[in-house]
Amino acid sequence: METLINKLKTAAPKAALLMALATGAVLQSCTKSDGGNGGATADALSSDAASAVYVAPGKHDELYSFLSGGFNGQVSVYGLPSGRLLKIIPVFSQHAENGYGYNEETKAMLQTSHGFVPWDDLHHPKLSRTDGQTDGRWLFVNGNNTPRVARVDLKTFETVEIMEIPNSAGNHCSPYPTNNNEYVIAGTRFSVPLDMKGSTGDVALDKYEEEFRGSISFIKVDPKEGDMELDFQILVPGFDYDLANGGKGPSEDWVFFTTYNSEKSGTLKEIGASQNDKDYLAAINWKLAAKYAKEGKLHEMPANYYHNKLDKNTHTAKSTVKKKVRYLLPEECPGMMYLLPAPKSPHGIDVDPSGEFMVVSGKLASAIPVFSFAKMQDAIKNKQFDGEKNGIPVLKYESVLKGEVKEPGLGPLHTEFDGKGNAYTSMFVSSEVVKWKLKDLKVVDRIPVYYSVGHLMIPGGDTKEPHGKYLVAMNKITKDRYLPTGPELAHSAQLIDISGEKMKMLLDFPTVAEPHYAQAIVASKVAPNSVKFHKLDENKHPQAAKKESEANVTRKGNKVIVKMTSIRSHFTPDNIEGVQVGDTVLFHVTNLEQDWDVPHGFAVMGANTAETLIMPGATQTLRWVPKKAGVYPMYCTDFCSALHQEMQGYVRVSPKGSNVPIKFSTGKKKQNIPGVASAK
Amino acid sequence: MKTQIKQVRTTLTATLLKPVQLGIMALLCGTILFGCSSGDNESNSTEAQEETGIAGQEEAPAEEAPAADNGKGIGPVTTVEVGAEIDDALATTGQSLFEGKCSACHQLSDQKVVGPGLAGVTERRKPEWIMNMIINPEEMTKKDPEAKKLLAEHLTQMTNQNVNEQDARAILEFLRKNDKAS
Repeated sequence: METLINKLKTAAPKAALLMALATGAVLQSCTKSDGGNGGATADALSSDAASAVYVAPGKHDELYSFLSGGFNGQVSVYGLPSGRLLKIIPVFSQHAENGYGYNEETKAMLQTSHGFVPWDDLHHPKLSRTDGQTDGRWLFVNGNNTPRVARVDLKTFETVEIMEIPNSAGNHCSPYPTNNNEYVIAGTRFSVPLDMKGSTGDVALDKYEEEFRGSISFIKVDPKEGDMELDFQILVPGFDYDLANGGKGPSEDWVFFTTYNSEKSGTLKEIGASQNDKDYLAAINWKLAAKYAKEGKLHEMPANYYHNKLDKNTHTAKSTVKKKVRYLLPEECPGMMYLLPAPKSPHGIDVDPSGEFMVVSGKLASAIPVFSFAKMQDAIKNKQFDGEKNGIPVLKYESVLKGEVKEPGLGPLHTEFDGKGNAYTSMFVSSEVVKWKLKDLKVVDRIPVYYSVGHLMIPGGDTKEPHGKYLVAMNKITKDRYLPTGPELAHSAQLIDISGEKMKMLLDFPTVAEPHYAQAIVASKVAPNSVKFHKLDENKHPQAAKKESEANVTRKGNKVIVKMTSIRSHFTPDNIEGVQVGDTVLFHVTNLEQDWDVPHGFAVMGANTAETLIMPGATQTLRWVPKKAGVYPMYCTDFCSALHQEMQGYVRVSPKGSNVPIKFSTGKKKQNIPGVASAK
Repeated sequence: MKTQIKQVRTTLTATLLKPVQLGIMALLCGTILFGCSSGDNESNSTEAQEETGIAGQEEAPAEEAPAADNGKGIGPVTTVEVGAEIDDALATTGQSLFEGKCSACHQLSDQKVVGPGLAGVTERRKPEWIMNMIINPEEMTKKDPEAKKLLAEHLTQMTNQNVNEQDARAILEFLRKNDKAS
C-alpha cells in the first residue's frame, strides 16, 4: 500500500488507470460475474493482469520475443510483456511489404538446388550464444520443407544468410547453437535414400529399412561476423529426427536429439512408427565429432547445395553453389554417439540450466523421464549397454534414468526451465502447462491454456541462466479466443506470469501464422545495437547514385538502366523517356536520406513484382518489363513527408523500335536544378 | 460498492485538487482490492510496472521553455569563429559535402526548390544558426522561431543528413564563399 501511494504521487494519471483496471477486475470477481465466453479466462486470470502487461505509450517493452511463423516462412517479433507485434522478418518467403525476395538484391537469398523457392515452413528460432547465454547478435532459424538454415542479423533484423542443407529432408531437428556458437547443428526429420552422389536416390519405397539414412549437419559459425559454413555431417540410422538441444556446464560437449520411428517404417507411420515401446534419444559428443573430423575420419561425397549471403556494403545477396560434403560414420567413431531409450514418439529434449538433467517429453507417454548426465557418463564407462543399433551402443534405460515425472498430464511435448529449480512442460492433449520440481519430480502447479499448446518458451529458458519471469505458451487451436474471422483463425500465444508459486495468466495475443517455437531476450542486449540508417559513404552497391548529379538513365541493348535517387519529397529523375515495349528496365533507387526511419518506397504501374522499400543510405532494384506503350506513373509508397503524395513521376514507354531517344530530367531545365545538368 | 465510490468522488471533486483526489481514490481502490482478493494476488503489479520496459532511455526530451532568441538557433553550436577571408580548402570540402547531402533540395541561387534557395543565407543568418540548422534540423523547426517559419513556408521537414559539427563548419564556409562571389 505504501509503495502504491508513493507511486501515485509521482504518477497520478498512470496510477489512476491502474486502479481503474484493478477495481474493474475486482468488481468482476466479487460479483462472480462470468461474462459468457470469458468463463474459463476469469478463473485463470489474475486481477492485476492488465497492469502487468501494460506498457504505456512511449515506453518500451522489457523483452524482444521472436516467434516462428511456421508455414508463412517468417519470424515475427513481439514485445513482451505487451504482446505488441513489432516486426515481421521475412526469411524463406517473399515479402511484398519490403520487396524481400522480389527485388534484384534479395532474390538470390531464396535460390536452392531446386530453383527459386520463395516459401518454407519455419519452425525453430534459436538465438546465438556466448558462454551459454543469449548474446543478442544473431537469430538462427530452420526451413523444414526445403532443408535450409538461415541467419538473421539482429542489428538490422534482416535475413543475411541462408544455407541449404544437403542429404537432408525436412530440416526439422534444427537449428541448435552450441554454447559459444561453435556450431549450429541441424538434423533431418525424414530419412531418405542417399545415393552418395549428392542427391536422393531413386529407390523402391519398400527398401526403407535397408537404404534410408538420416544426417546431422555441423555448421561452423564465424565468431566475429557470424558467417556459416557446413563443416561436416554425421550419417545416422534411418529414423526420423525431431528436436535437438544441447548440454551446458558438465554436459556442454554434448548435443541430444529426439528420434521417432526406430521401427524404420516407411508407411502409415502413425501406426508403423508407434510399434516399439521405446524410441531413442540420440546423444552426440560434438567436440569429439569435431576432433574425429580433424583427425581425418572424414569421407567425402559429391553434393549440390546453395549458400546465399547478403553483403552489407552492397546490400546485395550472392549465391554460391557447393559441390562437396564431408561426413563421419558413427560406427567408425567410438565414443561419439550413444542411444538412450526414450518413451515412444518423443518430441522435446530439454537440458536444464545446470546441464545435469535431460528431460524427454514423449507425446504418447504417460510419464516424463528425466535422465541424469552423470549417470549417463557412468553407464558409458561401465558399458551398461542394451545391444546396439547400426553400430551405435544403446544404453540401458534404468542406468541413465534419474526418475520419471508421474501423471504430469496428457501429451507432454516440450519443457523449459525458470532457473529456480522448476520445469514447465506443455501438455498438448490436455491443453495445460504443468510446473514441476527438478529436485523431486513432483508436480506443483498447472494452468489451462487455450488450446492444444505446442511449444512453450521462457526467455532464456534453454540457457544457463533463464530470465524466469514470463512464460509464453504457443497454441495450435484458437476457437473462441478472438472475434471470429472465418474458418481460419489467428493462432494464439498466451503470456503467463511465472514469478510466483502459482502461474498466472496475463494475456492472449494473436500470432502471424502458426507459432512453433520462440526465443526471447532482454531488450537491452539488442536495442542499443540497432542500426538506425546505412551510411551513404559505405554504400558499395555498383549502381548506387550517392548524389543527385550521379543519377542517370542509359541503354544497353534492350536493357534500360536507371540510377535514381530519392529524398523527401522527390525522385531524380522523375521524367524518363526512350523506354520501349519489351525492354528490361532496372530501377536502381538509392535513398539519399541519412535519418532514422525515413525509408522511401518505389513502385511503377503494372510491374509484376513488389515495390521496393529502400532504407536510408541503401540501394534497391526493381525490375520492370513494360508490355504496352503508354505513360506509366511511378511513385513513393512509404509515407515520408507532407509532400509524400507529390513524390512521383512518369515513364514514357514507346513501341518497340521507335526512335524516341533516352531522356531524363527532374524539374524544368531553365531552373538549373542540380542533377539535371547531366541530362543530355 | 460502485455507488460508494461515486459518492466519495463527488465530495472530493468539490474540495480537493486532482492529485490528492487520485491518491484518495487509490487508497479506496486499494482497500477494495485487498478486501476482495483471495490473497494469492499479492500482486506484483507495482513491481512489474517499475521493471517494465527499457523505457526512460528513449524518452523524448522534456519540453523546455524557449530561451530568448539570440539568432543563433538551437543545437550544439554556440560560437563560431569565421575569418574575414574565405578558407578555400575548407570551402572545397564543404562543396563536396553540399553536393552529396544538400543539393537534392537546395539551390545556390535564390530559387526555392524543395527547400529555400541559399543565396545570401550567410547574410540573413548568424553562422551558428546555419550550423545548428544543418546539424539539428528537427529541433530547430520545432523550437526556433525562424526555422518554424521556414517549415510553415516550405512544408517539408529539413532532412537530418547526420552531418557532424566539423562538416557543418565546412558547408558554412562553402555557403560564405557562394555569397561572397555573388
